[in-house]
Amino acid sequence: MGAVEKKRSTLAATGAWEYAPAPESRDIVSFEERYGLFIGGEEVSPRSRTWFPTISPATEEPLAEVAQAGPKDVALAVDAAREGFEAWSAWKPSERAKVLFRIARILQERARELAVAESLDGGKPIKESRDVDLPLAAAHFFYYAGWADKLEYAFPGRRPRPLGVAAQIVPWNFPLLMLAWKIAPALACGNTVVLKPAETTPLTALLFADVCRQAQVPPGVVNIVTGDGSTGAHLVRAEGIDKVAFTGSTEVGKAIQRELAGRDIALTLELGGKAANIVFDDCALDQAVEGIVNGIYFNQGHVCCAGSRLLVQESIHDQLVRKLKRRMATLRVGDPLDKNTDIGAINSKAQLDRITELVEAGTEEGAEIYQPPCRLPEKGWWFAPTVFTGVAQSHRIAREEIFGPVLSVLTFRTPDEAVEKANNTMYGLSAGVWTEKGSRILWMADRLRAGVVWGNTFNRFDPASPFGGYKESGFGREGGRHGLEAYLRFA
Amino acid sequence: MSARLPVRKTYKLFIGGAFPRSESGRTLDLEGHNVARASRKDVRDAVVAARKGFAAWSSATAYNRGQVLYRLAETMETRRAALAAVCSGRREVARAIDRVVWYAGWADKLSQVLGGANPVAGPYFNFTLPEPTGVVAVVAPDEPALDGLVARVVPALVGGNAVVVVASEAHPLAAIELAEAVATSDVPGGVVNVLTGLRSELAPVLAAHMDVNAIDVTGADGDVAALEVLAAENVKRVVRAREDRSPWEVGAFMELKTVWHPIGR
Amino acid sequence: MGQALALPRTVELPGGGSLPRVGSVDAVALEARAAELAKRSIKRDSKIFALELAIRMMDLTTLEGADTPGKVRAMCAKAMVPDPSEPSVPHVAAVCVYPSLVPTARRALRGSAVKVASVATAFPSGQAPLDVKLADVRAAVEAGADEIDMVIDRGAFLSGQIGRVYEEVVAVKDACGDAHLKVILETGELGSYDAVRKASLVAIAGGADFIKTSTGKVTPAATLPVTLCMLEVIRDVHDETGLVIGMKPAGGIRTAKQSVQYLCLLHETLGPDWMTPDLFRFGASSLLNDVLLQLRKQRTGIYRSPDEMTLD
Repeated sequence: MGAVEKKRSTLAATGAWEYAPAPESRDIVSFEERYGLFIGGEEVSPRSRTWFPTISPATEEPLAEVAQAGPKDVALAVDAAREGFEAWSAWKPSERAKVLFRIARILQERARELAVAESLDGGKPIKESRDVDLPLAAAHFFYYAGWADKLEYAFPGRRPRPLGVAAQIVPWNFPLLMLAWKIAPALACGNTVVLKPAETTPLTALLFADVCRQAQVPPGVVNIVTGDGSTGAHLVRAEGIDKVAFTGSTEVGKAIQRELAGRDIALTLELGGKAANIVFDDCALDQAVEGIVNGIYFNQGHVCCAGSRLLVQESIHDQLVRKLKRRMATLRVGDPLDKNTDIGAINSKAQLDRITELVEAGTEEGAEIYQPPCRLPEKGWWFAPTVFTGVAQSHRIAREEIFGPVLSVLTFRTPDEAVEKANNTMYGLSAGVWTEKGSRILWMADRLRAGVVWGNTFNRFDPASPFGGYKESGFGREGGRHGLEAYLRFA
Repeated sequence: MSARLPVRKTYKLFIGGAFPRSESGRTLDLEGHNVARASRKDVRDAVVAARKGFAAWSSATAYNRGQVLYRLAETMETRRAALAAVCSGRREVARAIDRVVWYAGWADKLSQVLGGANPVAGPYFNFTLPEPTGVVAVVAPDEPALDGLVARVVPALVGGNAVVVVASEAHPLAAIELAEAVATSDVPGGVVNVLTGLRSELAPVLAAHMDVNAIDVTGADGDVAALEVLAAENVKRVVRAREDRSPWEVGAFMELKTVWHPIGR
Repeated sequence: MGQALALPRTVELPGGGSLPRVGSVDAVALEARAAELAKRSIKRDSKIFALELAIRMMDLTTLEGADTPGKVRAMCAKAMVPDPSEPSVPHVAAVCVYPSLVPTARRALRGSAVKVASVATAFPSGQAPLDVKLADVRAAVEAGADEIDMVIDRGAFLSGQIGRVYEEVVAVKDACGDAHLKVILETGELGSYDAVRKASLVAIAGGADFIKTSTGKVTPAATLPVTLCMLEVIRDVHDETGLVIGMKPAGGIRTAKQSVQYLCLLHETLGPDWMTPDLFRFGASSLLNDVLLQLRKQRTGIYRSPDEMTLD
């Protein structure tokens, strides 16, 4: 067949096409040199008289100084929240709703500024903070604003009442979005809050304080205390809190649960995960590869529900892994403010060390590592997207949460085996199932011990959709009608 | 020097996002103004526009509908004075705006209250979802001139329906002022249509129209039985207000679809 | 397990390899991936590179009942020298016309490297007896067409007569002689990405050198997701058999911005080897002027007016 041989002649390529840098301008956001705490509607200096710098993980440059709240500061914040609660709980619910609608609108108006701030402080690509974090944060406020004056419909036959003062601790992977997940339902249910952002990502929370000022949130309804882990500990031990909501590592979650024992304080925990992304041989293959990539490399893998274990049906293992590796080579790692960056900086040196340690364990234990060639910047903390094949259930990289852009690939033969392997973990936050067979998606969903099951998709979030884990991934749900429960008592 | 002459508003119909005069060219002297007197053909055009608007509105996400209706509250808030001048006053306008905000917040919650998964006895996943019925005719109540109309129109809209309003004969101006607020919000053209004129000329045409899915007769007083007979021709849903505000007021304009799917390896 | 493509048993697949499984395409994920690629921000030198490449990849097209030799001559002049005030602007890849206007195009393009592509096979509907369609092809080839853009029989495809669709492609390829063959799938009529994938494989099995989205006479014509779907088929075919197939989105691509988005799709799906007019073409008419305006804007930093470009 002569025509075929002609087609196999060498390709005349025009050469590689390098994308020019496409930086989002930093000018849209300006940080103060130094921030105080946001307590009782005002910026106040910390009683501790201590500040520390917050650093851009992409460049290691300090962005601003924030306060280290000590026990006295935390106590003042809780008092302010209590005072704020007396007034706030007396407001008409429909008027509380309007405050939340205002916050939603302002987040939409200032979205670009906040997205740039988020990428600078935390290291995530601007494409994500602009297209995922900010729209979702605004959507959460929008969604919960609508529930504020409709609680009786959410719980037919029961009389919902606010809890009072909620102590909320959020992580560094989605700083503003996690703040929205916490504050929106809490306020919608009539509570007031003291929120502690993560040590390495305080800036968008402090900008949020300004949003509250613009929205005319009454004093004491939202209080922001910055600091390291000790501030969080003071907050959990504080007197006068009615509720604790924590998102972070399982280890700290357990410590909090112990601390609250015997104190009759409502608690919800959203902890770690080691999700299985399960791919059957009848999946839509190229789209499954996209889902796998999104599942573990989105947000540098700093995602509690990341699809960090790929369970691929043995019959398509080789073909899938080939496609995956080729796809990984098109991922762009670099400046978070470049609009073409797919993978940003690792949030901190500490996190980079943890990832490195576990990856070394992976090769030591005998798994085979692949990393596409990547030009990583000189300064800052970076890790190339990584995949391990030949991973066994017993390997550390198959059991421990890495919280980085590292995927472990295991195989299975039958649906039952996939379920068994997927559930064989102390975690239970999420799972993915890829197959074009609808009944199998539902059958798997039925059996997977995970709070969120994604069928033919991954990492999908919506304020209307409840999110939370089984087992050591935590308890309680955020989002949806169910997300209201965490912030109410029933008279 | 003579006093400044105000530029008077012309009150026209609101169809497909635009403000046309009646194709019949007729007007009525109502509330001190020449108000368009809509004809059967205007009804026909309004239903065509509504059907088209329905396609866009019902395929928007619930979140988007909620935001658009919230924006309608924003544009109404800006027009507080103009709206107050054509109804009983500021208090009624505030109630109407707050009602729009209330219903806007339902858009992305309806299926969580009106629908749900059903525990059938067998290996099937079964769920029920509410869906908008389509084009809804609304016979506007005479009182309250603004809030009464809003109380019927917004529940229909929030679920994704398009509406054709027969404005009150006593208070048509409130309906047109509301239409202007709609026109400057992000509500797509054709989703809300307002026909001023004689109820006796317009309501029966809508009640009999084969491409209208539901008719709200809350404001019809006296003519209801005749309208119901006409509505039976294509089994229209006949709706009346039951509560002042409720997600089930929204549900009255929705269909329910139940879906089954096997669960198996 | 994905089903094997049902081809007549007489088919010898090139190189003894097997075509990839048909499988299915998840529409939501495909469209999301296309949208992500469309977000790439291509600036400065990389934008100029893309715009110049887009011109070199263009099949400047006129396919109207009202086409005359005068119209075709004017378009050919534009094809050879798109921007008379800017000599560095390259010529386009080809012009695309109806068979009756191929001789006019050949004469007008004499001495230039711009190729003549002709539609054939009862374009655009394909609803004619096979012998008529083949005569159409032979006439265009004899008149001097370098490339033939055929349409598949969508009626046959949609009624499940896949073998017939395949055989027609084989017959047309044979009638093409040395002319290279693009097979138009008319994706806007096929109904799903699964069908587009299947039709792509049938066309390639039948001998297509290029697979092409649309005639431009039906909406939707080319879209980013359907293009991505077809590029993924080409990738799978290359993986399985080594065959190198080209792709041409046509219809509905009017702005320079869109053309750059298509190039991002191509670049990140098939890689630099496919970034050549030998393997990728744009079927367009008004696109050229918008690309020229954008090039001029890139060079001068000033927003341009459409009046600045010639309408041919």
